[in-house]
Amino acid sequence: MSQQDALFTYSLRLADDLLILSHRLSEWCGHGPVLEEDIALTNRALDHIGEARNLYTYAGQVEGKGRDEDALAYLRNERQFVNTKLVEQPNGDYAHTIVRSFLFDAYHLPLAEALTKSTDAQLAAIAAKAVKEAQYHVKHSSDWLIRFGDGTEESHRRAQEALDNLWTYSGDLFVMDAVHQDLVKAGIAPDLTKTKAAFDATVDRVLAEATLKRPADGFMATGGRQGKHSEHLGFILAEMQYLQRAYPGAEW
Amino acid sequence: MTDNPNNWPLWEIFIQSKRGLEHKHVGSLHAADAQMAIENARDVYTRRQEGQSIWVVPAGAISSSQPDDAAMLFDPADDKTYRHPTFYTMPEGAKYI
Repeated sequence: MSQQDALFTYSLRLADDLLILSHRLSEWCGHGPVLEEDIALTNRALDHIGEARNLYTYAGQVEGKGRDEDALAYLRNERQFVNTKLVEQPNGDYAHTIVRSFLFDAYHLPLAEALTKSTDAQLAAIAAKAVKEAQYHVKHSSDWLIRFGDGTEESHRRAQEALDNLWTYSGDLFVMDAVHQDLVKAGIAPDLTKTKAAFDATVDRVLAEATLKRPADGFMATGGRQGKHSEHLGFILAEMQYLQRAYPGAEW
Repeated sequence: MTDNPNNWPLWEIFIQSKRGLEHKHVGSLHAADAQMAIENARDVYTRRQEGQSIWVVPAGAISSSQPDDAAMLFDPADDKTYRHPTFYTMPEGAKYI
């Protein structure tokens, strides 16, 4: 794979995680547990979308075939999406939504910080813009996880269940295949073992305060970066892409 | 609403738009504690760059004058125009007086 192809794929991986997570969070819009939290989640969804748009636009430029952000978001099929399996998992109860975001945030912040030093100026600039948002995201999801874990018996039980259920998808965040390795050598993508160390530190710190148990690293459900997804992604795309598929080029 | 024990307490939110200016009351929201109130206020009231500092105050901690006392408290100021500093020249460039 040429470096251009690798950079295109890598930009898509970054963008797809953000778009799909954003879509999941947007499903809470109007259904949040309280008004204030509904707004907080929508804000986060918009932060993720904003970063995804920049990445899609850049991916389109790198590819050089005239695809814009909309073409990449709305006109690719399930197997062409390269997000992790983590972000496509259903919202479940609020503990699941928070744990899913927490695991992603604990990865996203050190990733964005590392990407600011990328030799690719555009990826570095997009990451620099995202760092402050990512800091707030970690704080928001950590605070909720601590409240749940260190809260009532029921909230503790549900938070632990969510953690146990979603942990198997966390490994997908740190997969480094040949595409990724090449970009690490070129100084474009960060070495994810370092990102993982930062992730581990955040997870251990927050779980300790939340009095939750870190699940053992057993089987990890990976494959998202290769376009292999859980059964959920197809439904997400069906809803997200319906309008552009049914009315190609529709604008409003 | 506040009678329901399942509701979180009500907080009054004050936002400072610029360093040096006062914190202004912008509204209220529900939160379990002060930390959550600050985060909620950030998300509800500063989405459009309205501020750079947030105060949150438990609504119950605010004491208010009684509407019935309004006449006694405020009407006597009606005819005391000499209390308004309208006879001074404003210094040039003073924006917040």
